[in-house]
Amino acid sequence: MSVAVLKPGWLTTVQDRGRHGYANLGVGSAGPMDEVALRLANLLVGNDEGAGALEFTAQGPRLRFAQAARIAVTGAAFEVRHDDTLLPLWQSHVLPAGTTLDLGTATQGLRGYLAVAGGFALAPVLGSVATDLNSALGPFEGRALRAGDSLDLNALPGAELGSAPKLRWSLDPRPWFDPDPAHPIHLIAGTHTDALDPASRAALHQAEFRLARDSNRVGLRLDGPRLALSAPLELASEATAFGTVQLPPGGQPIVLMAEHPTTGGYPRIGQVAAIDLPRLAQRRPGDRLRFLTIDQDEAQTRYLARERELATLAAAIAQRLQT
Amino acid sequence: MSASAEPGFTIEPLGETTLLLRFGTQVDAAVNARVHAAAALLRKVEMPGLLDLIPAGASLALHYDAPFWAGSSGEPPWQHLAGTLRAVFATPPTASADSGRVVEVPVCYGGEFGCDLDAVASHAGIDAACAIARHCAGEYRVAMLGFAPGFPYLLGLDPTLHMPRRAQPRLRVPPGSVAIGGAQTGIYPRELPGGWHLIGRTPVSLFDVEARPPSLLAPGDRVRFRAIDAEEFEAIAEANAR
Repeated sequence: MSVAVLKPGWLTTVQDRGRHGYANLGVGSAGPMDEVALRLANLLVGNDEGAGALEFTAQGPRLRFAQAARIAVTGAAFEVRHDDTLLPLWQSHVLPAGTTLDLGTATQGLRGYLAVAGGFALAPVLGSVATDLNSALGPFEGRALRAGDSLDLNALPGAELGSAPKLRWSLDPRPWFDPDPAHPIHLIAGTHTDALDPASRAALHQAEFRLARDSNRVGLRLDGPRLALSAPLELASEATAFGTVQLPPGGQPIVLMAEHPTTGGYPRIGQVAAIDLPRLAQRRPGDRLRFLTIDQDEAQTRYLARERELATLAAAIAQRLQT
Repeated sequence: MSASAEPGFTIEPLGETTLLLRFGTQVDAAVNARVHAAAALLRKVEMPGLLDLIPAGASLALHYDAPFWAGSSGEPPWQHLAGTLRAVFATPPTASADSGRVVEVPVCYGGEFGCDLDAVASHAGIDAACAIARHCAGEYRVAMLGFAPGFPYLLGLDPTLHMPRRAQPRLRVPPGSVAIGGAQTGIYPRELPGGWHLIGRTPVSLFDVEARPPSLLAPGDRVRFRAIDAEEFEAIAEANAR
């Protein structure tokens, strides 16, 4: 009773909502780049929203399901095929036993999420099945999936998937998936934004940046104008967060992402608003990026509103899955 | 920036779910002790709605549950939590900064175990044996863990042993390497890239996901180093492997 990895895709990892409670020991949270897409994929198959799911990147994996399974795929616009049928995203599907699922390539956006009803039967590492590639923590010794790997599925109590009715509804991805690089990313001022020299401060808010090729799950490097401080700063290392924009001495800003280290000592020139992190996670290397200032209080208000909206949606999905 | 002055620390939001309490701009033993005392107090009062405490050299970060701290008044959660913290710290914390633990770390110094020992000694203007003696004489405090799981930043290094980091970091530092970076000493828990000067290696494991707790050291612990020879290194390493 398992899912076999026939082809791993470009970068496919198991992620849940992250490894929390060990940051004081230097253990980062890891977790999904696009947290909302992972939560919705889980909700669509009736899982806890934080259950382990697969995150795949640009080129998805090819998987064989030994048994019937209910699945959902969210995130970037991947061309998902089961055998030769195109499978719509943001929707729950029942796959018969023996199905080969090809997650294909992303035509828009970068990262997709596959959740399976019941979840993967994986032993948590420090309370989480999130894959931390740099610290080699998580399932499969913290590495990306390879061809030949096999993931067991948790048994679903009393599930008769073979006769499950076909669900005729799907989620509207639009509020949750926005691949348009023309849309600005909201940025809260950081501790050292005011320490930038005037030209750099103007550039941060007006210039167009591009995501560098060497961006990854740890951070997105931004090509564009080099930024500089008015005067050098000697800083003590302190905690960083998902979305913290650091400025290393070379002047190329880095946005810290899901697998960021727990602490960092570079100047912090901004903090990406949490509501825009999923959008940022879907930008591809080479994509344009522009920042738009947002106030801390406004960012937090919008974050709470998003969480309320997701809670309402979760309740609505749960109700539909029962009928 | 909406940072507010506090007796002893400033409070600043870092995004929607983290608050940073800063106790100073430079890391020293006194500032770091206040960081650990504050963390100990927050654990003692079991403040609700906190997900993670991350002590650093001069600051303490609080990961919090923003919906939990969204009060009915319409006040932003970070301000609500900041106000609550001010009340908690209105009387200075009486909790001790000392975790109460002293951990002895055996180290085989120099040679193939610490290829930069001679460079550190010559930078200090002393011989290698004297550098080892001074490194072992100190009692260190775990200021913070960071960079990698289980990597301790230790305060208390003899000033003669301070040495700026390497201009070119090494791509691979062997696991267990004991190293000097600036005014601090630290231990690489696993093979990692690193720019600190390698003076020795410990055979003990710094981080093991199967162990409880997974990290040998915790913030606030005291650490002493004990010099061992290659034979004892192998014996301890072998015993650990069993």
